[in-house]
Amino acid sequence: MKKTFNPEKKLYTLAILVQDIPGVLSQVARLFSRKGYNIESIVSGETDKPGVTRITIVILGDELMVGQIAAQCRKLIPVLAVKLLDEATAIQREFALIKVRAADRNARDEVIQMSNIFRAKIIDVGRDTLTVAVFGDRDKTAALIGLLDGYGILEIAKTGTLSIERGNSTIYDNNKLKEEYNYGKNVL
Amino acid sequence: MKIRATQAIMECLLEQGVDTVFGYPGGTILNVYDELYNYRDKLHHILTSHEQGAAHAADGYARSTGKVGVCFATSGPGTTNLTTGIATAHMDSSPVVFLTCNVTEPLLGKDAFQEVDITGIAMPITKATYLVRDAATIPDVMRQAFAVAATGRPGPVLIDFLKNVTDPSVMIDYEFIPWTENRSCSSIQSLARSHGLKAPEPDAQDIAILADMIARSERPMLICGGGVVRGRAHRQFRELAEKLDAPVAITVMGGGGFPGGHPLATGMIGMHGSRASNVACDECDLLIAVGCRFSDRVALQPDTFASQAKIVHIDIDRSEIDKNVLTDHHIIGSARRVLEMLNPLLPQYSHPEWKAHILSLREGAETDEGDALTHVKILEAIRRLAPEDTIVATDVGQHQMWSIQHFHFSYPGQLLTSGGFGTMGFGLGAAIGAQLGNPDKRVIHVTGDGCFRMNCHELSTVEHYRLPIISVVFNNGTLGMVRQWQSLIYHNRYSATTLDRGPDFVKLAEAYGLRGYRVTTPEEMESAFRDALSAGCGCVLDCRLDIDEMVRPMVPGGAHITDFLIK
Ligand SMILES: Cc1ncc(C[n+]2csc(CCOP(=O)(O)OP(=O)(O)O)c2C)c(N)n1
Repeated sequence: MKKTFNPEKKLYTLAILVQDIPGVLSQVARLFSRKGYNIESIVSGETDKPGVTRITIVILGDELMVGQIAAQCRKLIPVLAVKLLDEATAIQREFALIKVRAADRNARDEVIQMSNIFRAKIIDVGRDTLTVAVFGDRDKTAALIGLLDGYGILEIAKTGTLSIERGNSTIYDNNKLKEEYNYGKNVL
Repeated sequence: MKIRATQAIMECLLEQGVDTVFGYPGGTILNVYDELYNYRDKLHHILTSHEQGAAHAADGYARSTGKVGVCFATSGPGTTNLTTGIATAHMDSSPVVFLTCNVTEPLLGKDAFQEVDITGIAMPITKATYLVRDAATIPDVMRQAFAVAATGRPGPVLIDFLKNVTDPSVMIDYEFIPWTENRSCSSIQSLARSHGLKAPEPDAQDIAILADMIARSERPMLICGGGVVRGRAHRQFRELAEKLDAPVAITVMGGGGFPGGHPLATGMIGMHGSRASNVACDECDLLIAVGCRFSDRVALQPDTFASQAKIVHIDIDRSEIDKNVLTDHHIIGSARRVLEMLNPLLPQYSHPEWKAHILSLREGAETDEGDALTHVKILEAIRRLAPEDTIVATDVGQHQMWSIQHFHFSYPGQLLTSGGFGTMGFGLGAAIGAQLGNPDKRVIHVTGDGCFRMNCHELSTVEHYRLPIISVVFNNGTLGMVRQWQSLIYHNRYSATTLDRGPDFVKLAEAYGLRGYRVTTPEEMESAFRDALSAGCGCVLDCRLDIDEMVRPMVPGGAHITDFLIK
């Protein structure tokens, strides 16, 4: 039986472990641009293992194409592991700094109140501005940004999405689904 | 032991058993060439006319010998001249290690003279690129590069050395490790950890499933792809075909993987596939594709490709599965290993009706009783007069398709052709590499007048190294393959395809110190080719053909595989 692939376009999250060498980020990112797909977000940072970087990429695509890119990604020499993280079994978080206009007292109070509801923090106060730091999943940051927009957002600095599996599973596990980690190894 | 960094580069080549390298020197790579001078007895350097020729030669050497090819070039234009050759090797999974040099560390990124980011440029057309800034890493990088090029699905690798790293004053630690033992080296160990150094061992259960699918099939067919050729799995493939008693089609890259003259062979499949192959694909109930990637020239219309069949894909590269055509079953592993495991599970099958039906569609070799010189007459003369194991290097176009349709290739490396990238100008370079790698074999370069013009300056390489390569130019006065499309699809509007211009290829051959023959009749072909075979030097046959000969049959791109535009 031919495998069926979900043709619907949605956001997929890929966690990729790579050796920390020059050019590795562009090498990985290139695989996506080559297919004409935009990366929604990309985050890169160090891990518990020295010399190993974790890149988290969120992409709008369909199942077949995302699987393809993951398979191609595994072939890159600096790539140690690639995992497609499932929304249901992985936690996702992002962090945003939002500078918003709040010149009068009313606006200030409202912004502070709203931030409290979102468990966001005011991290800087200017003469006419407040800077809010919010941490949460994609929907939460998007919702707060949507609300603050009414006051006049001056600037946003935002990370991409970070993601990690719930429970005991880690990206280092080797007992992956056969379909995903064919015979447990990357290939050359 | 402390040795010069450049010496380590040479020693690492020797470790890998390299004895022939191709290349072109220049400013930044001078230190390396100076070291090469010390090694001139052990490493035979072939100087081509152009870096592209060197790249194709290293590629042709690799394809025809099964060894890793090696090619040198200097920074800037030297490296960019390589790129077409690198991409050609990449698309056809040919293992070549390219060694280039770049400017010195302090100049890096300053747009210095002849500086270009070649590791960046080559990234999408190689398996891996390395920028060497620290001389101490040379042995590790060299060993890893060769391992990467040759392991799994083979392909090109590029190493770019900064010039200061190759300075004669730079000494590094080096210890000879024969490549058979280079697992002890750290870069190989890390590669083994991340990617494995062998192709994955095929899954026995997956193989059993295929054996079961075969048992249920009434109308099986096989496709022999480039993986059978690169994996040198031709014996195992033939055993499978004979056990299955099924028709066998080849892709362009599969030429040589299954004997063209075998009773089960139905010839090429796809755009210029035979009627037998294409109909078999349309009517079979089980299609087993070995080492083929269902390119758009084979699976012209992926949605209707082999629509009655269960499609089974055997490939060494996981990322090829379900890429172009959705498959019902796949097995990951080298063609040879998979078939070695599969064949013993199979009894002898017999499909007399199905086979008879498909084989009856074979037209047999094209024949031509006329007096005029045609592509059939040329190919027929070559086939009759040249030794059976002749290596054929083609360029790209009609002459390429005719060669693959007409010649019966019987072993991997006998056909050298740019299937994936379709690189005009590949043929002569590849022929040079093949002749150097196979001094005892006859090498014939089949080309068109357009392609020949692209790299005919390599005739000077043919002459200098006394290579008895015969270039047979199918001179139809046009970019034939493009004209064919213009005739069939663009209403005879011959935009920029007519080659009503020089040079005179006979005089050109003579100018390079080679023999040239003008061939306008079948008799002249016969005598010129006989003469060329015994000439002992490079020869050019300028064969004049009608401008309107076509490659038949033809299915246009994107059409259903049996919707022939011309029969
Ligand atoms: C470098 C390059 N440029 C352009 C093409 C497009 N192309 C494909 S076949 C062909 C015609 C080749 O003409 P010729 O060498 O005369 O061979 P013929 O088809 O006549 O046998 C062209 C231009 C190509 N494949 N490669």
